[in-house]
Amino acid sequence: MVHVLGRRPAWVGAATFVVLLGAWYALTTLTQTISPGRFPAPSEVWDALTQIVVTGYADARLQVHVLHSVKLVVLGFAAATLSGVPLGLAMGASRAFEAFVNPAFLLIRPIPPLAWIPLAIVWLGLGDAAKVLIIWFAAFVPAVINSYSGVRGIEPHLIEAAKMLGVPRGLYVREVLIPGALPMIFTGLRLSLQACWTTLVAGELIGAIAGLGHVLYQASLDIFPAMIVVGMAVVAMTGAVMTLALGWLERRAMPWVAARGGRG
Amino acid sequence: MNPPAASRALSFPEWLGLSLAGIVTFFAIWWSLAASGIVPAQFLPTPLAVVEKFVALTQSPFVGYTLQQHLASSFGRFALGFGLAAAIGVPLGLLMGSFRWLDAIVTPLFDALRFVAPIAWVPFAALWFGTGIGGPVLIIFSGAFPPCLINAYRGAKYVEPRLIEAAQTLGASHARMILEVLLPASVPSIVAGLRISAGLGWQSLVGAELIVASSGIGYLLVKGQANISTSIVMSGMIAIGIVGFAIDALLRMVERGINRRRGR
Repeated sequence: MVHVLGRRPAWVGAATFVVLLGAWYALTTLTQTISPGRFPAPSEVWDALTQIVVTGYADARLQVHVLHSVKLVVLGFAAATLSGVPLGLAMGASRAFEAFVNPAFLLIRPIPPLAWIPLAIVWLGLGDAAKVLIIWFAAFVPAVINSYSGVRGIEPHLIEAAKMLGVPRGLYVREVLIPGALPMIFTGLRLSLQACWTTLVAGELIGAIAGLGHVLYQASLDIFPAMIVVGMAVVAMTGAVMTLALGWLERRAMPWVAARGGRG
Repeated sequence: MNPPAASRALSFPEWLGLSLAGIVTFFAIWWSLAASGIVPAQFLPTPLAVVEKFVALTQSPFVGYTLQQHLASSFGRFALGFGLAAAIGVPLGLLMGSFRWLDAIVTPLFDALRFVAPIAWVPFAALWFGTGIGGPVLIIFSGAFPPCLINAYRGAKYVEPRLIEAAQTLGASHARMILEVLLPASVPSIVAGLRISAGLGWQSLVGAELIVASSGIGYLLVKGQANISTSIVMSGMIAIGIVGFAIDALLRMVERGINRRRGR
């Protein structure tokens, strides 16, 4: 897990966590300062969790919802990576291509991914296809931008060396361009993944038949705060796990970064 | 200077020609798809139809208000949420950078909540605030808060130690240390954080208004979608893109101005 703020002994974090848990319990169950209608007590959340895991909620059990959401994110993310990274690489490598494509890209770029949701629903309805489209879009822009930056950031002498040695095109792309841009590409992928996850939950909140966003929506309609908390926690944890998985993939793809002991 | 991985740099006429060609191609493809009837007009209006609808929305109200009024309503919520995030996040970040005990207490809580996507707060926002202004503001706040806090914290924490030591030698009180050493030194980091925060805040606003609002640009999008009016949806998307771009451009100028004043 990334510690963006300073590092500290683990016990402090654990202690704070315990204190928060205690405060939560005290405020809701012991003293009833916070009414259950506003925020659930720990016991209610536990009950909701067991309910969704064992019997199911919003038409399915938790595992089904999680898998459904993850499946859509992976599909959209893969589509965005496969379309965005080559486009970014091409734009980085050829100024002519960049000049041609950039205006259209600049038009699309300022529109937030969430703003595409209504359009996707108009075009593809409330099903999975619309969700995948939105996720694709959310991940596409960062993938392009970061691949582009990655290519532009390759050290000039590597390029010149390749040119001098007369490296053929295919080999050039495979052995110089892509490895050189890979660190920035992965940065872009990490940003993409977060965007994907957020966008999917939003899309599912608006209209879906399964998935974590749908659980949140249903819990909202049923005025079931404990289930909302369960949903939010699962969303956060699944997102964190996927980010970790991507980090693992990143380390496998760029062994030289770890060997050098840090960011290449 | 040698352009790195890119092919040779373009002359201005070449660049202009290719850019124009690109944008013309984009609109040509759009127009032909729409006008030829391959895609029904309801799903893909011609660019001209979208522009006409955009203008019409500024003159006659749709779901209660004109386009500008919706935008004003949205921007008001954004300003409130962003203002709160900055007003709380920046001072808190600076204080956390100065006082370790505060850092130790707040960080675990912050890290836990950070992973919850802003949009996942929607069910609680709806539960606590209904469709009032509190809902969107909560969501904007949750999106805009982390960068403000993190950047202020980093700015304070990574201030040159010599500056701090000098101030201490001169007998500065804690308050003066924070106001006259840490704060000015952190300004570049803070402003960068504000820019990111504004972008995230605007995106979160759009998401929030798709679900828990009764006015605003997101609401306009959803109602346009409900009416299956693609031109209204596209007009809304354009408006969102323009405002988002303008906010970012404004903050970019502020950032550059500040960096220039400091001789960077």
